[in-house]
Amino acid sequence: MSKRVALTGNEAIAKAMQQINPDVVAAYPITPQTEIVQIFSKYVADGEVDTEFVTVESEHSAMSAVVGSAAGGARSMTATSANGLALMWEIVYIAASTRLPIVMPVVNRALSAPINIHCDHSDAMGARDSGWIQLFSENAQEAYDNAIQAVRIGEHKDVLLPVMVNLDGFIISHAVENFNINEPEKVQEFIGEYKPEHTLLDKENPITVGPLDLQDYYFEHKRQQSEAMKYALQAVKDVGQEYGRLTGREYGYFSEYRVDDAEIVLIGMGSTMGTARAAVDELREQGVKVGLIKIRMFRPFPGEELARALAHVPVIGVLDRAESFSNNGGPLFTDMHVALYGQEHKLYDFIYGLGGRDTNVSHLKGIFSMLQKAKDGEALDRVNYIGVRE
Amino acid sequence: MSELVEIRWHGRGGQGSKTASLLLGKVASDLGLNVQAFPEYGPERMGAPVLAFNRISEGKMTLHCQIENPQIVVVLDATLLEVVDVTENMTPGGKVLVNTSRNPQKVREELGLEPGQVFTVDANKISQEEIGSVFPNTPMLGALVKVGKVLPLDDFREMIRDEFASKFSNKPEIVEGNLNSVDRAIQEVQGE
Repeated sequence: MSKRVALTGNEAIAKAMQQINPDVVAAYPITPQTEIVQIFSKYVADGEVDTEFVTVESEHSAMSAVVGSAAGGARSMTATSANGLALMWEIVYIAASTRLPIVMPVVNRALSAPINIHCDHSDAMGARDSGWIQLFSENAQEAYDNAIQAVRIGEHKDVLLPVMVNLDGFIISHAVENFNINEPEKVQEFIGEYKPEHTLLDKENPITVGPLDLQDYYFEHKRQQSEAMKYALQAVKDVGQEYGRLTGREYGYFSEYRVDDAEIVLIGMGSTMGTARAAVDELREQGVKVGLIKIRMFRPFPGEELARALAHVPVIGVLDRAESFSNNGGPLFTDMHVALYGQEHKLYDFIYGLGGRDTNVSHLKGIFSMLQKAKDGEALDRVNYIGVRE
Repeated sequence: MSELVEIRWHGRGGQGSKTASLLLGKVASDLGLNVQAFPEYGPERMGAPVLAFNRISEGKMTLHCQIENPQIVVVLDATLLEVVDVTENMTPGGKVLVNTSRNPQKVREELGLEPGQVFTVDANKISQEEIGSVFPNTPMLGALVKVGKVLPLDDFREMIRDEFASKFSNKPEIVEGNLNSVDRAIQEVQGE
């Protein structure tokens, strides 16, 4: 039996970590992630987990420590936000290239400057090309569920990649919502014992980790990393289905809402997708054929599957909670363009919510209205900024 | 209750508006309702005007934005009435509950609302007498449940005891005082 609880998103992640009971957690506090490691350190102090908890002097060290512990065969986790993730950057790449299945919740927050502690996705987008699997969560339930599944996805023997579990800063991390948590035994049964095939501590089968790798083999290792990302597609799907059998909550690459007969579809990630669903319902009541796709898995990017789901939709709006400063739209917009290349869709970008700017139902209905006009032939900029003074 | 109820808390930093909204959310969840409880995180300074929010519904809620049009507004500090438009974007016929020693008619006239819309209770005095310090948030929570009819009153009183016991586990001596504050506010809150 699952249990209904009312917790903040940070408490939800800490609870997932308690139930995962990792061998090693190394972490450094940063708003709005601080509570996660603070609550988890209490579990450690109270003996509720068997984790070796390493308090380090920076995020660069946090990621370095879990790279070390994961290479030693320990199930390893950390958590961070924004500038903390930016400080980890060098080692974030090393974790992926060394094929270490570390799980890291990232409480999404704007990057400085100016200094801002509130939600957007610019931190996660900075790690977009690092080789990590990136999952996004709409609410506390999904953040909790994603954290548990991340362990299985990353540790899958064909994958062996680190997984980032993203949840929106403050909007989810600091808001109480009710959701269901699993029985601890069920979680342990689901994730199973971690038995890595190769570890630094296996003295019968010695290996080298992180050596010099020049023109002779570096490229082959990168090519294998790309291949691992392809296997991740299958692992994310299989684990999501198995989790569904266990909990009744099945997960895929993305979820569709009222898309079947939709003429306009918005696509995006994170907490605002819940608000967008309310906008879709209101417009549907007025007979406007709108729908929504919420992306859960951003890396690897499910381009082919999205193209299939959107094949019949003439007008598509992309919601980007990050700016890429390419003058070519946000990161999700660029990926969507590639996914839909050669198709007849009209595609527009909407950059919203930077630095925690509130995005409400009226904003989202406004976006649908702009897209409706574009569908009727009116001109609309390729890239639009929502809820900003200009 | 099937409709979504949206509540906005006005307080000053340090008065516990966030805690009150979280407690209300937890109790409502324990009673089987769908809840959200969240503060607005601005610059956090003791004494500065702050906001917190609740959404409570029998149905599923997917909104993740600030509350635009609250049906109920709770004001933890009467001095805010002079500096903040507490009725801003309140739904027509919405209710305002104010922590003040003044009678509801006077406050209502100042706010320009209709009879039946404004309620008052002296939560500072109640908490001073029952807890020994000014903590207006827990008595205001009791008054809110009474006048806002957001939860069945008896169920609320039963569940809030457990929440206080867990919230104040390191200060068990103030659990009774908080419970008494809730009960007194339920008795003493006035409308017209």
